[in-house]
Amino acid sequence: MTASGFLSQLLQLAVALALAPLLVGWVNQCRAWLQNRGAPPLLLPYRTIHKLFSKDAVVAHGASPLFRLTPYVVFGAMCCAAAIVPSLATDLPFARAADAIALVGLFALARMFIALAAMDVGTAFGSLGARREMFVGFLAEPALLMVLFTASLISGSTSLPTIVETLAHRELGIYPSLAFAGVAFTMVSLAENARIPVDNPATHLELTMIHEAMVLEYSARHLALLEWAAALKLFNYSCIGLALFLPAGIAEGSDWLGMAAAAPLLVAKLAAGGFALALIETLSAKLRIFRAPEFLGTAFMLAVLAMLVHLLLES
Amino acid sequence: MSADPAPTFALWATLAAIGAWLVLGAIGLAAPRRLRFVSRVLFPLGCAVGAALAAVALAALDDAPATLVLPLGLPDLPFHVRLDALSAFFLVILGAAGCAISLFSVGYFRSSDGTAPGLVCFLYHAFLASMAAVLVADDAYLFMVAWESMALSSYFLVTTEHRIPEIRRAGFLYLLIAHLGAIAILLCFGVLQGGSGDYAFDAMRSATLAGAWPSVAFFLALFGFGAKAGLLPLHVWLPEAHPAAPSPVSALMSGVMLKTAIYGLLRVGFDLLPFHAWWWGVVALALGLLTALYGVVFAAAQTDMKRLLAYSSIENIGILVAGIGLAILFSAYGMAPLAAIAATAVCYHALNHALFKSLLFLATGSVLHATRERSLGRLGGLIHRMPWVAGCALVGTLAIAGLPPLNGFVSEWMLLQAFLFTPRLPQSFVNMLVPVLAAALVLAAALAAYVMVKFYGVVFLGQPREPGLANAHDAGRPERVALVALAAGCVALGVFPGPVIGLLEPLTVMLAGVPALAPGQGSWLLLAPISEQRASYAPLVVLVVIAAVVLLAIAAVRRLWHGRVRRAPPWDCGFPLLTPRMQDTAEGFGQPIRQVFEPFFRMERELPTPFDAAPRYSVTIGDRLWHALYLPVARAAEAAARVVGRLQQGRISVYLVYSFLTLLALLFFVR
Repeated sequence: MTASGFLSQLLQLAVALALAPLLVGWVNQCRAWLQNRGAPPLLLPYRTIHKLFSKDAVVAHGASPLFRLTPYVVFGAMCCAAAIVPSLATDLPFARAADAIALVGLFALARMFIALAAMDVGTAFGSLGARREMFVGFLAEPALLMVLFTASLISGSTSLPTIVETLAHRELGIYPSLAFAGVAFTMVSLAENARIPVDNPATHLELTMIHEAMVLEYSARHLALLEWAAALKLFNYSCIGLALFLPAGIAEGSDWLGMAAAAPLLVAKLAAGGFALALIETLSAKLRIFRAPEFLGTAFMLAVLAMLVHLLLES
Repeated sequence: MSADPAPTFALWATLAAIGAWLVLGAIGLAAPRRLRFVSRVLFPLGCAVGAALAAVALAALDDAPATLVLPLGLPDLPFHVRLDALSAFFLVILGAAGCAISLFSVGYFRSSDGTAPGLVCFLYHAFLASMAAVLVADDAYLFMVAWESMALSSYFLVTTEHRIPEIRRAGFLYLLIAHLGAIAILLCFGVLQGGSGDYAFDAMRSATLAGAWPSVAFFLALFGFGAKAGLLPLHVWLPEAHPAAPSPVSALMSGVMLKTAIYGLLRVGFDLLPFHAWWWGVVALALGLLTALYGVVFAAAQTDMKRLLAYSSIENIGILVAGIGLAILFSAYGMAPLAAIAATAVCYHALNHALFKSLLFLATGSVLHATRERSLGRLGGLIHRMPWVAGCALVGTLAIAGLPPLNGFVSEWMLLQAFLFTPRLPQSFVNMLVPVLAAALVLAAALAAYVMVKFYGVVFLGQPREPGLANAHDAGRPERVALVALAAGCVALGVFPGPVIGLLEPLTVMLAGVPALAPGQGSWLLLAPISEQRASYAPLVVLVVIAAVVLLAIAAVRRLWHGRVRRAPPWDCGFPLLTPRMQDTAEGFGQPIRQVFEPFFRMERELPTPFDAAPRYSVTIGDRLWHALYLPVARAAEAAARVVGRLQQGRISVYLVYSFLTLLALLFFVR
């Protein structure tokens, strides 16, 4: 690991940390425009995070150390994922530390910690949220892995840099499998990032919450870290989607010039992706929780279909 | 096979360990009621023997096979013993897990109205010794003797609390299925010897089996060892027997005894049988994945913490058998490197499961001692009262859920690599099937995370559901040491997979012919089975990055802002009348799974009407296979017994007539 490689790695992580709240702000703004509402400021998420960090943390009487540790672990797992996902460049030093399967494992680690912390205080809403989160997760995780497996089978590797390089350099043929995988990935991303139609990030009705129900007991810096981690998760999923389905422009190697060239392109792609997300959220309605298995089951089947299509037609 | 490899130090040491365990057991038998002596002297000595055995076996992993003929047994049937990489690896599992479990037992066994402590000590050490004997046996005779002693000693251990009728019933079911399996294994050896009449394993290796006989032998082995391992549909004894047994025994049975069945399957499948047919692999793969899904779905619906863990063992056995199936499939097509990855994943997972399942069963033992409660509905909030047990159990929970950077993830990762990189298999439908079957494995793994959140969240987190839980106490010192050692093993195996797989290399070469790691790829830090371009995983880096971010974040928050904390009542959306009964129960947490997988279960619901003064809701979860398969067989057996029972008239004259008729018939035939 060279010093400049390490610095590029830190740069990518810093870009992820800085851009993630902006992406959330952008999606909220687009959604407000699409719904004919007055839009909140673009930089509101940063201000919220700063405000939360300044406040005194209020912790419930029955909370254990696990409750206080969880926001840090979740944030750490999301940072680790952000270092691994090729967003600016492919050949970064940490990229080889975890492949696509390990990346999904990292997301699962964060989910498990946050679900356990939700059960820690012993409130009705906390355990309800934990149960629903694990319920959505056990269906979404296999679907996400199947999408990644399809890309892995195409490129003969589960290593994300290799996948991106292969997909970016393929001849201009059409991969029908990637079309199915793309739809499945979009559905999984909506579910995993607590978006409509599975969850509603703007809800104020406790009974329909999933993610919000789990973090109800958190306040101040703990909540700030969890919000930041959630924004990073959205950023990571967006970057995985871009890496799989729009890989052109990601720097190959880890030189500064390539990364500098890749950055504006990344911002443009994320802006477009964020607008698409806001559009999907505006055009669809939230599902009942027991319709979620159908939604995610469809995603899972589409991902398996993508794999079969690849095996049947493309190999 | 070399003609007659000389016995080595390691083989002698293994035999000495078996002897030492038997002696310890015999001493315990001589002092049946002296609890202090048994628990303060004999169990620690048993623990030391386990540690020594693990160390010796670890050192012997890359030794050449050593054999010895013992002058024991029947006059012309001496015992053959052999120590090769496969035996040595499973001896490591037995020694390491046995060591920790014996240490835990120091503080566990109390005098009760069940079996006397000295007798438990005898049975426990006989159980350990017979498992070790199974692993070194080199002929069918010694193997069956050890196998049956293992079944019998564990049966008596399961029925330690033999005054409770359900426990006697669970023990009977276990014994019955263990013997069904033993018959199949005996028949399998009968087929393998190929008519030569020589039951030494060496003779079986050189025997030539014609036609369908190898397949018959393989499926007899799959049935026989599957009965011991809890493979579908022979799994019903496992969720009955594991909760019935004392916790250290459950840990030993689940952590180690199930692995002897995996050992047997590997021994017959990869050592004694001359070749593999591809469809054996497909059958084992399908059966394994079905078992895994079945086990994990049932685990999600359980309300007894030990039953939940028992079903999770069924899931893990399913994963192991699926891995074996995959290895067979690849080696049948001559794809040695992939077979090596699958075989390594199987061995790694066997080791992992021995560690984390022992850890969790021992943790339930501590909980049981502290609270006298096994039902999840009456636990909760134990993380405050039992921080050591809760901390170690958290490591086990994360490991068994297959999360990086712990050990459960490493073996699942390896197995998925084997699933994914199926190059062109000749059978095109198998070629399609294998990656799609990976979906089933992934689904089982994701459900395992659900189950483990339920287990840990309901037992250790939240508010205590019963007032009595406030008096719960943490585990004693020996128990803590045992739990911490097992948890440390989970972390070490998770963070350093490269060196561990390097150690397993002789075993992989024995099973698949080539090592799992391509030479020159990866390092002690980076695990890269085929090449770094294909797939790589460096758990230490992941752990360090997460830990660094956590520490930096804590420091930065303190530095830039402040670290003030205020304690207050829970918010819960402003609801002030929170009681422990408002938390999710185990039934509630499992409800979504019950609803999604409804066809798996046989549910009997009792719903209250709006007019009930004291409304009661109850749901009983039954196993469809029990009703569809076991009860008809039991009814048929009973009907047959009733017919045969007509012969029993209870009058001596009738029996004399029977003897007379028998004599006549014999005279007629023998003439």
